Amino acid sequence: MLEELLFQLEMSAPQIVLGLVNGAFYALLSLGLAVIFGMLNVINFAHGAQFMMGAFVAWMLLNWLGIPYWGALILSPLIVGAFGVVIERLMISRLYKLDHLYGLLLTFGLALIIEGLFRNQFGSSGLPYSPPTSLTGAPIDLGFMMLPKYRVWVVVAALVVCLATWLVIEKTRLGAYLRAATENAPLVQAFGVNVPRMVTLTYAGGVALAALAGVLAAPIYSVNPGMGSSFIITVFAVVVIGGMGSILGSVLTGFALGLVEGLTKVVYPEASATVIFVIMAIVLLARPAGLFGRA
Amino acid sequence: MTIDRRTILGGAAALPVLGALPWRSARAQANNTLKLGVLTDMSGTYRDGCGPGSVAAVRQAVQDSGVTGRGINVEVLMGDHQNKPDVASTIARQWIDRDGVDVIIDVATSSCALAVNSVVKEKNNIMLNSTGATADLTGPACNANTIHWTYDTWMLANSTGGAMVKSGGDSWFFITADYAFGHALERDTGDVVKKAGGRVLGSVRHPFPGTTDFSSFLLQAQQSRAKVVGLANAGVDTINSVKQAAEFGLTRRQKLAVLLMIISDVHSLGLQTAQGLSLSETFYWDLNDRTRALSNKLKSGLGGAMPTMWQAGCYSAALHYLKVAAEMGVAQAKASGAETVVRMKAMPTDDDAFGAGSIRQDGRKLHPSYLFEVKSPAESKGPWDYYKLIRTTPAEEAFRPMAEGGCSLVRT
Repeated sequence: MLEELLFQLEMSAPQIVLGLVNGAFYALLSLGLAVIFGMLNVINFAHGAQFMMGAFVAWMLLNWLGIPYWGALILSPLIVGAFGVVIERLMISRLYKLDHLYGLLLTFGLALIIEGLFRNQFGSSGLPYSPPTSLTGAPIDLGFMMLPKYRVWVVVAALVVCLATWLVIEKTRLGAYLRAATENAPLVQAFGVNVPRMVTLTYAGGVALAALAGVLAAPIYSVNPGMGSSFIITVFAVVVIGGMGSILGSVLTGFALGLVEGLTKVVYPEASATVIFVIMAIVLLARPAGLFGRA
Repeated sequence: MTIDRRTILGGAAALPVLGALPWRSARAQANNTLKLGVLTDMSGTYRDGCGPGSVAAVRQAVQDSGVTGRGINVEVLMGDHQNKPDVASTIARQWIDRDGVDVIIDVATSSCALAVNSVVKEKNNIMLNSTGATADLTGPACNANTIHWTYDTWMLANSTGGAMVKSGGDSWFFITADYAFGHALERDTGDVVKKAGGRVLGSVRHPFPGTTDFSSFLLQAQQSRAKVVGLANAGVDTINSVKQAAEFGLTRRQKLAVLLMIISDVHSLGLQTAQGLSLSETFYWDLNDRTRALSNKLKSGLGGAMPTMWQAGCYSAALHYLKVAAEMGVAQAKASGAETVVRMKAMPTDDDAFGAGSIRQDGRKLHPSYLFEVKSPAESKGPWDYYKLIRTTPAEEAFRPMAEGGCSLVRT
């Protein structure tokens, strides 16, 4: 009995580790979504496309300008974030007074257009992008599994970024302004804070987070125009389960659902794409505001 | 109205519906017009291997056939089935019923191919399938209206799988795309392994489409300790699997068998990651003078890329159809799909893509298959110089013997 249990544990331990690695991506992506929704009340359906752009910009920086991975890790989020500024100023800012649904439709349309443009230019099967040499080489032997160095880096980077974002929003003066502006924008503006600019930069920040996740994903997933859309629906489920707009909620839920998905891949792999939605349905029935949301 | 989860999820659900409409509808047809519908994946995982390139290849075939010089009009339509069988059969029905399409070409993705296979039978139309892989099209699902052109799962299994077993890979673990194609490829390869005295230790099925991370599956493959890990998937799935297998160091103790990989996948992976892989195709641009000439013609329609075997198959199929239709006369060719297919089977094929060939009673197009090895970056002399030819299997041996397929058209 005990032997069997140990065997089961040995079989699933690596899957738990891998689940956490995937959870890191879910956490990073849902973090950006939660920031944008929590602060701007915009449902950013273009998030997947912006994630994809992050990966493609990294590829362009390498192949057109010779800038390696580490440079792309900084530059790509800045470039895609600047694109976010343009989008926010030109389009999204005009919709704040209208119903949420308009923002959703606009960003959804944008996502389709961006993906279509990239598909026309680069095709669908993707572009090669290698991990940096310092993170390649023999995988780390954990005893029960071999874990590539690059995946360890992904988890560490995701944790640091999530923690930093949470600290900025919850513990700094800037974060306090932001949170105040979502409660009562005119009042905050009356105190001399430039609220529209802050909102623009928040959107850009959320977009940059998506792009950062894209750069992190480029060396391990195929860099193709559809890479975001396969993530985005799952990530939306993560945000809904975590509680819309709750930053800590999305991060924790991201890691937790990565884990659940990982274990499903062992127990019943055919269901691994659906398990998150089953959980979402259950959570919505039991706690409509999400696990960490305030009703 | 406030935004709630239902709205978001509604938006998410609407995503696949957009673009389900056929790209173009045709006007009422004249009687001397042949209508060729290219039904393919224009936006998903298989797009680069078929997609717009298949349409360009069919257009080239129209030009090369010279039928327009003989007073026959040819119209080429295209449709995006998004790898969904229901969308595929809806477009096929619409094309046949409303637009008067005479032949449906390509039909990527086995599940879509099987769906359209039933539609053309019901409507007495024609499907010339190039990209769909399942060998069931000339087996249990065969009919008098379908010709399976380029390759199939049996051929892949025997060529790549057979070579792996011969070189000592006698225990296997499969990573399989969970739909008709993956199942057929796993089954056919498993049969080859078992017949040669090997063992299949297990398999894991991943959802299609929508799987990005294969590390869990690769790890299960590692834990199985099988000598060979067979990838019974295709397109972006295979690319992601190979990329991540390299990352996890799977290839240091086990061998990777990519059961379906085409040149656009190799191009996307890059030789650094793809080098040394064995794969099977029935067409490669650099095989001989004829394939080089054809590829140079097709290249401009493909944005500079070399044609894949799927696209070459669309070219070859459309060309043969037009030859037969011109010989029969347009009115007769349009009258009955099954009748035209009988004539197509009677006439030997010959084109720049596959050379001389024939079509068997069960609808199987016959030509040689090739086992290639992907070159290392040092061996490659220029763009698209990717393959070394390892072995050629003659046409008679490349495909499943007719008696073993269980096709009802085969008279014994």
